[in-house]
Amino acid sequence: MNPTLVRWLQAPSIIVLFLWMIVPLSMTVYFSTIRYNLLYPERTGFIGLQNYEFFWTDPSFFPALLNTLILVGSVLAITVILGLAISILIDRPFKGRGIVRVMLISPFFIMPTVSALIWKNMLMDPNNGLFAFFANVIGATPVEWLQDMPLASIIVMVSWQWTPFAILIFMTSLQSQDQEQKEAATLDGAGFWSQFRHLTLPHLARPISIVILIQLIFHLAIFAEIFVTTSGGPGVQSTNLTYLIYIQSQQAFDVGVASAGGVFAIILANIVAIFLIRAVGKTLTV
Amino acid sequence: MTDKQREHLKNRIAVVFAWIVACIFFFPIFWMVLTSFKTEAQAIAIPPQLFFEPTLENYTEIQERTNYSKFAINSVITAFGGTLLALLIAIPSAYAMAFNTGRWTKDILMWMLSTKMLPAVGVLMPIYFLAQKTGLYDTKGLLVIIYALMNLPIVMLILFNYFREIPKEILEASRMDGTSTYNEIRQIVMPLAWGGIASTALLSIILCWNEAFWSIVLTTTDATTLTSFVASFQAPEGLFWAKVSAVSTLACAPIVVFGWLAQKQLVQGLTFGAVK
Repeated sequence: MNPTLVRWLQAPSIIVLFLWMIVPLSMTVYFSTIRYNLLYPERTGFIGLQNYEFFWTDPSFFPALLNTLILVGSVLAITVILGLAISILIDRPFKGRGIVRVMLISPFFIMPTVSALIWKNMLMDPNNGLFAFFANVIGATPVEWLQDMPLASIIVMVSWQWTPFAILIFMTSLQSQDQEQKEAATLDGAGFWSQFRHLTLPHLARPISIVILIQLIFHLAIFAEIFVTTSGGPGVQSTNLTYLIYIQSQQAFDVGVASAGGVFAIILANIVAIFLIRAVGKTLTV
Repeated sequence: MTDKQREHLKNRIAVVFAWIVACIFFFPIFWMVLTSFKTEAQAIAIPPQLFFEPTLENYTEIQERTNYSKFAINSVITAFGGTLLALLIAIPSAYAMAFNTGRWTKDILMWMLSTKMLPAVGVLMPIYFLAQKTGLYDTKGLLVIIYALMNLPIVMLILFNYFREIPKEILEASRMDGTSTYNEIRQIVMPLAWGGIASTALLSIILCWNEAFWSIVLTTTDATTLTSFVASFQAPEGLFWAKVSAVSTLACAPIVVFGWLAQKQLVQGLTFGAVK
């Protein structure tokens, strides 16, 4: 192919992605430095960093940041540990393995709004939900999940959806593990734990880091689960940064402050992204 | 007990345990499907009903009383449209990059991936205003464009990896025969890359179908997709568990099946090719 044609073929994807990145990004940065509230259109003008100041002195900011960290950290711990345990558990030939696999990964394909509603209504409802029923059966008082422990409830929902993701990835990489090495280790009398520590874990090091990084990107942006179940409440108990910014823009109509929050979210995501892109870049053979 | 017997027993226990874990994970989905065949009274009954006479009334009712089919069509149009648009842009580019890899190719791909990291909420206001200004707010066209752009980096990366696997010798041979670039793509590359393109499309469709943020924020009535339609049942007064379950079952079934079919390719796609 001649070089001109190569350039022409590459151009569309580069141009549209460049626009998709630069136009909204510069608009967000611009909005974040001006006075811009849809309720007070007469107030305008450049105000420097005041929106930022307003955003992080907002009493909801620190709770939201903390909630974001707790949410992301807990989900990561749960999904990686469960994912490892389960993928090792099913990493053996047995009858019906295909069905077990399908059952295990299915939650990952359920749309987030649906999974939020299943958990909110049919499982966690304090009156008619299954958990309440079981609590009554064993004589305990049913927990008002979304009222009393909203953040934990969201963590459970998100973990249910994303443990399958970890299983899917780990399962696939376990299949490429050297079986002879494992058999040799067994013959040498290496027990399960020492095999796990010295063979399996090193083999899974890369997939684990990839799973963590990809989940970080998605979990920093968790929205639908909160939107459908708790609306960030009670109070701000289950509000994360994404939801806080959404509230600023859609309910307080403060474009300036919401944009300052947006810039903050972008910076946070980019710190993670740098590591992810490095990890992916290492595997890309060019 | 001999070592072999012990090993066998351990295996048996592990298998039983695997089935139990799988049933726990699958249970919420099973319960949703089951509830969709109950009457509203049975759905909220205590104790919960495991055996009952199944009814199809929820399914007929959501077809008659809601705009379910419209939203389903919107989902199909936006998911397939977004995917198609992304493929149209990505196939020529990925092709050119894979067979004419230059000094910058890797950097370009990594930069593309970095645009995927841009959190949606960070660009919420600009996209919202641009949508309003251009009159695209609450249209399927807007979602098609956004979904295409959103998935373009992943699509590019996977296609690039697939194209790289096509042996260069085949192309060189056809070039010697004087095949034009267009025919080269159509007659040689496409048939070989077909599997890769299909699975890339499948992944992109799944991601579009389940996308919730933009479809909630950017649609009100006309372009509402199934994700945001389901979200509209969140209101406390809408305590129609059986009907919600029927809608949810219909909305999720095709994608869950897609997911089962595309397990292997999904791993590559979801990890941007880093785990194979």
